[in-house]
Amino acid sequence: MEFPDFWWEYEAHFKNDLPDDIPQNTFVVLDTETTGFSLTKDRMLCIGALKLKDNHIVVKESFEVYIRQEHYNTGSAEIHGILKKSKKEQLEELEALKQFLVYAQNHILVGHHVMFDVNMINAALKRNGLPKLKNLTLDTELLYQKTLLISSVVQRKERHTLDDLAKKFSISRKDRHTALGDAYITAIALIRIMERLKPKNLKDLIKKQGPSRMGL
Amino acid sequence: MMKNTISERVADFLKSYPPFNALEPKQLEKLSAEAVIVHKENNQIIFTEKEAPHEHFYVVNKGAVALTKKGSTQILDICDEGDVFGLRPLLAHENYKLEAKAHEETILYAIPIQYFKPFAMENDRVGNFLIESFASNTRNPYSIKHRGKLYGSAIPVEKTENKILDLQPIKYSTDLITCTEGTKIKTLANTMSKSNVSCILVITDGLPKGIITDKDLRKKVATGLFPITGTAKTIMTSPVITYPKELTLAQAQMAMMKSNISHLVLTEDGTTEAPAVGLLSKHDVMVALGNNPAVLLRAIKRATDTKALRSIRHGIMNLLQGYLDQNIPIGLVSKIISELNDASTKRVMELSLGKMESEPPAKFTWLTMGSQGRGEQLLNTDQDNAIIFEDASENNLETTRNYFLELAGHITKELNTIGFEYCPAEMMASNPSWCHSLSEWKDVTAHWIHNPGPEEILLSSIFFDFNVTYGDKTLADELSHSIFENAQKYPQFLTHLASGALQNPSPSGFFRDFLVEQDGEHKDFFDLKLRALMPIIDAARVLILSHSIKSINNTAERYEKLAELEPNNQELFLACSYASKALLKFRTKQGMLHNDSGRYIELERLNKEEKIKLKRTFKTIKEIQSLIEVRFQVRNLLR
Repeated sequence: MEFPDFWWEYEAHFKNDLPDDIPQNTFVVLDTETTGFSLTKDRMLCIGALKLKDNHIVVKESFEVYIRQEHYNTGSAEIHGILKKSKKEQLEELEALKQFLVYAQNHILVGHHVMFDVNMINAALKRNGLPKLKNLTLDTELLYQKTLLISSVVQRKERHTLDDLAKKFSISRKDRHTALGDAYITAIALIRIMERLKPKNLKDLIKKQGPSRMGL
Repeated sequence: MMKNTISERVADFLKSYPPFNALEPKQLEKLSAEAVIVHKENNQIIFTEKEAPHEHFYVVNKGAVALTKKGSTQILDICDEGDVFGLRPLLAHENYKLEAKAHEETILYAIPIQYFKPFAMENDRVGNFLIESFASNTRNPYSIKHRGKLYGSAIPVEKTENKILDLQPIKYSTDLITCTEGTKIKTLANTMSKSNVSCILVITDGLPKGIITDKDLRKKVATGLFPITGTAKTIMTSPVITYPKELTLAQAQMAMMKSNISHLVLTEDGTTEAPAVGLLSKHDVMVALGNNPAVLLRAIKRATDTKALRSIRHGIMNLLQGYLDQNIPIGLVSKIISELNDASTKRVMELSLGKMESEPPAKFTWLTMGSQGRGEQLLNTDQDNAIIFEDASENNLETTRNYFLELAGHITKELNTIGFEYCPAEMMASNPSWCHSLSEWKDVTAHWIHNPGPEEILLSSIFFDFNVTYGDKTLADELSHSIFENAQKYPQFLTHLASGALQNPSPSGFFRDFLVEQDGEHKDFFDLKLRALMPIIDAARVLILSHSIKSINNTAERYEKLAELEPNNQELFLACSYASKALLKFRTKQGMLHNDSGRYIELERLNKEEKIKLKRTFKTIKEIQSLIEVRFQVRNLLR
């Protein structure tokens, strides 16, 4: 098949198995800012990501790209404060995807409602004639729910936004709605969630996202 | 490296704290981009004594770090938000002299020394800060309270360890308020009032001649013994008891006790033949001791933000450690600590009410439940709380509820900030299930009593230990009244509650050996809370409810009351009271030792005496369990 070199290089990473030990794994915590929630009509404006390994985040290894888009939706951009003609340097979508694949390698992708971000990236990959992402994912909302006790009497919220998590774990929300700022909040939330869940290994951690078999 | 959102976040934090506040924006930007963000779990070690210096030094972003001598439980220093530690060894090229350990869940910014050092060299303000703080042995020479902590890793000779502190020279006031023998009593009393002091020194020819205190004015003047127009000479105590100015804290305490006086005059050579240089009051001694409940209580009441409360709470933990070391009776200790916990909660509430846009739309009561409600919360554990608000008209009900939910949101957040963890089951007033009007609460509790499934029993057992921390007590009294009324109408409820009290797994097996956890995170540990404390607490609750006694929440006190009510079971109930205190003390000691909740005990680390003590309580637990099994006919329920 006719894919650019960078795709093959990305795919080659998946020949290696991920380490079983959690501290040896690099987690790529990401967030995207988009013009809206439609996979077909909306576009990504920014991808922010950082690498978390053994409870360390190296600031200069974080990832932040802004993407030039012709398709534009004024409603959503106000939330995210990303203006079409912003002063930040903007990349073409394909170049942004390439840089992201080089960055993400075969690491686990972590996000709050991670499938939205992954689907957004997949839609962009498809527009550029590329296959879908191959990485494993972790969703901080699903994991967070597992830290709460299950009770049939005490009413609990069904959904937990990133704001809820930031509040719960006392993480400053000052960069809320910038992709990298949200990724940072998500990363700290992940650390605190893992400390509570105490997964034995990577497999165990991934399994914990699934529906609980315990009940009352 | 380009700056990005995260490096900006780091820079934005650092810029408020020395020495970073002295850096140029460009320098700070560069330094922040090179930072590493590190998360440490509670009790995780950052560096240990004699370890070779790291490439980074650390700034506390969130949480707290304890500095200790290795192997000692005595904390020499706590580094809080914005404090720098582990820098000096990096600059001096020597190994760490202390051990740094996360005192709670902590986020650190690790700053590479390689990038920091050139800035420290070229920026005078940064360089001076370092030199001064290292030389003066104060951690932050710019701050009055000596906070800021550049110097995390030198041996702090004058740190808070009580034994050392006792031998430290004490700070005394040098701003002496004086009069002469001829001064009129009214004049000197005015001077004292104006200067807000409780004692005045009488000077003759520059030498201390006598002293007049509030007590003298009360006993000698206000009683009419001496006229207000009289002179200082007539009422002064003379000669004065003088001490040399290099007095240590221990000596000062001894001197005050020996002569039964509350003020000491300090002179150049300690005799009355030298000019007075200072005055030391009992209050000065108390402040120097720091870990005095009265001083802490006052500090709590005066705290203007949660950051201040948080550091006071470190003081409370020091106090608790001191009490345990001195073997003070645990009943007394839990009373004092509970008072301080309640005062902190109250202060948080006042601060939170101040943040609301309007006054509360109705009367309300803040209840603390669970261990804090029982006055048994010695360590910082989870918060369990609820709000009762006055019944509102249907139109106003939702706005009233929303007001209190918002208020509770502030309060639970601030309580979390000062060290009370969120309740994992969300039994907190910020949850709509724990924030009701009085009628709603009556309905909810009646529902529990009428439908006593396992969940309802669990909720009752947490809720029914409620204690009013703030607000209108009558609302709580009315609710208690309704609960007792319902419980009497449905005696089955007590049987279910008793059954719940027997559900906890047994502490010991057939051969009186400890039963430890079989699997999970605490495998082979003994679960002190579940297997020993809960059975005895639960039994006390059901027994006291069956007697319709309200307003005694503390487990030991409940058993004492029961002993009084049932003379034929007096011996068992007193044994239970003793056991509950012994177990609480045990848990607190374990918790202080390991800086955790004290719930899980590693049996190998107990000595023989401790094991025997524990086992003795198990016998009592089994006896009280068989008493409630028979009394409430729990077997009928199982059949």
